Amino acid sequence: MARNSAAAIFTRVFSFYRDGFRNMSDWGRKVWIIIIIKLFVIFVLLRLLFFPDLLKKNFENDSERGNYIREHLINSE
Amino acid sequence: MFENIDLSLVNWSRGQFALTAVYHWLFVPLTLGLSFILAMMETIYVRTGDPEWKRLTKFWMKLFGINFAIGVATGIILEFEFGTNWSAYSWFVGDIFGTPLAIEGIMAFFLESTFIAVMFFGWNKVSKRFHLVSTWLVAIGANLSALWILVANAWMQNPAGMVFNPETARNEMNSFWEVLFNPVAADKFLHTITSGFVLASMFVVGISSWFLLKKREVLMAKRSILVAGVFGLLASVMLALTGDMSAKTIAKYQPVKFSSFEALYNGRENAPLVAAGILRKEGEKVGERHLPSFVFRIEIPGFLSVLTTGDKNAYVPGINDYIYGNPERGIMSFSEKKERGETARKALLDYKTAVDNGEKEKALDLAEQFTSEGFRENYFRYFGYAYIDKPEDIIPNVQVSFYTFHLMVMLGFLFILQFAVVLWLLFAGSLERYRWWLWVMLLSIPLPYLASELGWVLAEMGRQPWIIQDLMPVHIGVTSLKAGNVQVTFWLFALLFTALLAAEVSIMVKQVRKGPEKRED
Repeated sequence: MARNSAAAIFTRVFSFYRDGFRNMSDWGRKVWIIIIIKLFVIFVLLRLLFFPDLLKKNFENDSERGNYIREHLINSE
Repeated sequence: MFENIDLSLVNWSRGQFALTAVYHWLFVPLTLGLSFILAMMETIYVRTGDPEWKRLTKFWMKLFGINFAIGVATGIILEFEFGTNWSAYSWFVGDIFGTPLAIEGIMAFFLESTFIAVMFFGWNKVSKRFHLVSTWLVAIGANLSALWILVANAWMQNPAGMVFNPETARNEMNSFWEVLFNPVAADKFLHTITSGFVLASMFVVGISSWFLLKKREVLMAKRSILVAGVFGLLASVMLALTGDMSAKTIAKYQPVKFSSFEALYNGRENAPLVAAGILRKEGEKVGERHLPSFVFRIEIPGFLSVLTTGDKNAYVPGINDYIYGNPERGIMSFSEKKERGETARKALLDYKTAVDNGEKEKALDLAEQFTSEGFRENYFRYFGYAYIDKPEDIIPNVQVSFYTFHLMVMLGFLFILQFAVVLWLLFAGSLERYRWWLWVMLLSIPLPYLASELGWVLAEMGRQPWIIQDLMPVHIGVTSLKAGNVQVTFWLFALLFTALLAAEVSIMVKQVRKGPEKRED
């Protein structure tokens, strides 16, 4: 019974989104294309190629990262 | 990673962050304000049942959707920059920054995937009331999302609710409530969201004025001006009040920044407010630095003392008080703060030496010292001064602070006047006759954007040289990358954001020209 009602809610939610996207206006489609291109540029091109998390990349664990920053705080002028 | 940091790298990294933040902020305030205007319009529709209100709500919702869709995720880039360009800073702030940003991310995800979908897909599919509730929740949720970002920013302006752990070299949150209820956060949040309300109101009034000029959709335009005009007038009065609150908070927690707003070098009683003025490049000298002085100024006697403390005769400290100290007024000099900062740094060095030598007990004692309130308040609080050589280096760019502050305030008062006049003409029934005024309102759409960006320039450039007030100067927070690499990403962002902005403006202009959907009857 509970499983049936959960499935019914899921179906309703799914068809709500499906119909919404299907009946989207011209401007809506255009902005979705922009969103997809933008997310690709941000998360794939920029993140992977230009913006690595340097402390994560260069050190294996938080202890090494902490030691490195502590040295930086002590020795910088 | 941090060796040989040169000035050009620091400046390019700052420029890159500023560019990203400035572009991101072109999209955000319209979302903050327009969401509430939509909610009010839809409320009138649900209460009256008049389909014209539904039609105009849908029209403004379309413009809201375009702005939201194009602006969404542009702020994520700032988080990438933290990890790459500001890794020492990111590590040092620890979970204090991470927690509010994570709450914001989760909130934004649920908000966007549920209630915004109902707003756009739910007309005629869910009940009127559920749709209305969704629209209100989008407005409240968007503004609460902004709260968490502003809480994180406020912590940089006034670090609170944390303890530095020398073992991890990070600040750790010891009071979530102190971080959340940081006085700077409360003022910043109220001032920022009200600026978004004003901006969105001007946007709606400006576009509606265009419809009136074109003699199109007259009823929709007038109703939109009514809602946005009233909201804009109330919000612009609130903006002035929250600006005053914010200035008082800055005077308390970032006094050098506050003095630079007014180019006030020497503190005084019965301090005048400079209503307007022109600065020449040089004239004052602090240490080796030449600072601007006034060529011309219009002053309101005693008003700065009144605004700061409520008392006309109160003493308002100037920049020199914070450089040379003023024991009579209980103000510490730069050199005293530097000494205390160096003591805190020495404690960190002693901790490291103890750990390296295997002196566990000594290391524990030193770590304990960082948690004691006395050490935090008297020494660690000034940690960043250990990195500053000359006293004059704690003074921000006075010209930038003075002009951005005064221009922002002048624009703020202009908005009150503009909303009052447009409402007066609307109620008098003569708005369409004053075509020149409609043009003024249309051409004023960029002004709140300008004022809002000036506010951020003031907040961020006014707190230089600090990336975290008194704890970390900018050059210590930056990662040593090749300045050329930062330049490449700077121009990439400039290209990406300009393309997004051009897309937004072009789609919006097209949709405005097209106007609202045809009447359903």
